[in-house]
Amino acid sequence: MINSELRELYQQVILDHNKNPKNFGKIDPHNHSAEGFNPLCGDHLFIYLQTEGDVITNISFEGGGCAISKSSASLMTEALKGKSITEAKEFFERFHNMVTGQASEDDDFEDLDKLAIFQGVRDFPVRVKCASLSWHTMIAALDNNNKSISTE
Amino acid sequence: MNSDNKQITDTVPFDVRKVREDFPILAETVHGKPLVYFDNAATTHKPLQVINRLQHYYLHENSNIHRGVHALSQHATGEYEKSRRTIQKFINASSEKEIIFTRGTTESINLVAQSFGAKFIAQDDEIIISGMEHHSNIVPWQLLCERTGARLKILPFDLNGELQMEELPGLITAKTKLISVVHASNSLGTVNPVEDIIALAHSHGIPVLIDGAQAVQHMPVDVQKLDCDFYVFSGHKLYGPTGIGVLYGKTKYLEAMPPYQGGGDMILSVTFDKTIYNELPYKFEAGTPDIAGGIGLGAAIDYLNTIGMDAIAAYEHQLSDYVIEKFTNIDKVQLIGNAKKRVGSFSFILDGIHPHDIGTILDFDGIAIRTGHHCTQPVMQRFCIPATARLSLGIYNTREEIDFFVQSIHKVFEVFS
Repeated sequence: MINSELRELYQQVILDHNKNPKNFGKIDPHNHSAEGFNPLCGDHLFIYLQTEGDVITNISFEGGGCAISKSSASLMTEALKGKSITEAKEFFERFHNMVTGQASEDDDFEDLDKLAIFQGVRDFPVRVKCASLSWHTMIAALDNNNKSISTE
Repeated sequence: MNSDNKQITDTVPFDVRKVREDFPILAETVHGKPLVYFDNAATTHKPLQVINRLQHYYLHENSNIHRGVHALSQHATGEYEKSRRTIQKFINASSEKEIIFTRGTTESINLVAQSFGAKFIAQDDEIIISGMEHHSNIVPWQLLCERTGARLKILPFDLNGELQMEELPGLITAKTKLISVVHASNSLGTVNPVEDIIALAHSHGIPVLIDGAQAVQHMPVDVQKLDCDFYVFSGHKLYGPTGIGVLYGKTKYLEAMPPYQGGGDMILSVTFDKTIYNELPYKFEAGTPDIAGGIGLGAAIDYLNTIGMDAIAAYEHQLSDYVIEKFTNIDKVQLIGNAKKRVGSFSFILDGIHPHDIGTILDFDGIAIRTGHHCTQPVMQRFCIPATARLSLGIYNTREEIDFFVQSIHKVFEVFS
């Protein structure tokens, strides 16, 4: 018997993206990249972005981690392709507030579309870093090109 | 295994149910399930005998030690020093002066790296450690090497998780000043042939430090028989309190080594011209120590002695065989570390499922395991994996808990199916 809270965390979409991640691998060309590392659990990934003006024309990730971090990276790349840098940063804020449980209770995160499935993460404080690693890395790539970041 | 052996291993060496009653925390529930605690290599739980001893100290004995003429201080001093003798007997040191209280294994190693290092290690000297060390037996030596210009050399291990002992003679040179090796590996469970390492090192006149953080709680340890020059361990992995640990050192080295920290208790007399250091062991114990912790550690050892370290070793050996048997029967489980001689720490990975996810799902069944690199990143690099899940046994674990663990592992597969 699988607990419902557990099922809420490991939704089918998350499991699918874990198994078959989208936008996986290094894109060439790319003009932004960063390395993200969670030393506690060993999650380690790279984010690559190609921007033209203010628009993210292409984005990908590479690396390994748990189902939460891998699917989060995969879904993030899907969500941000074609978006502006400003929108990407807004998405980051919204996503971060969602997984850390900082948003109001009646917020259904409809604007986040598929990314809203990570709502369950807020019930697992130790897993918040897993879900947000790719997002922090993406921001690092946009802000400080080629720097590496750590969750600790 | 022949039938005679089978009979021996099926005889339970002590009453585990009774032992479990001594650990009140085992009655806790986690996510509505009874706690199954398999994270003993991180820290063990404390029996009532230790908890009550700490409470008794603060209720009836609290006082500073080694300085008051009043009754309470003398009593507290007596209890603290009695604990030192308990530890001395527990590891069979030849003198209580060779038992230094520290904050734990990490501080013990840092003490040796600082103090032995200051006296005996200079530029171009060499220190040998193994490839399966905990970060606490790597980083203090790296810091020492940075300070002095000494070099760190690594004794490798094979994919079974056993040290490649044939490499050791080639690593030893005239410049080797110390060998520091883990007795039992926290991530692989391997029990290393420390007797052979010590014998070889001594034939070259090289002292040896043994990190016993994952050994003393699982087997009888006799430092005189081992003939190691330093032996270090923590109280909290030995069913004792956190914040207290032990450095055993041979008198000849401890006498020659300079103090580690300066302050009260470690001096005989202080003037602005000259300070005379206290004798052993106090030379290395500056400031008011964790008095309750030291006394609590003595109580933990008294408790273990009532069960007997031989009986504990025998029981945990049976449980370990059971874990291996169960793991062997599950497809898609890979044990990391298959040493012939081992303690009950089992690193494992599941095909295609990250350890962190395993840890979260097992937690929902009330099962506490560790996931991550276990402060042994070089071990993870050796196996080209970022992390493992780890089940580590203690004296209160049972076969039923292992059966429940196996059910929960199947649940992990179900979630990820």
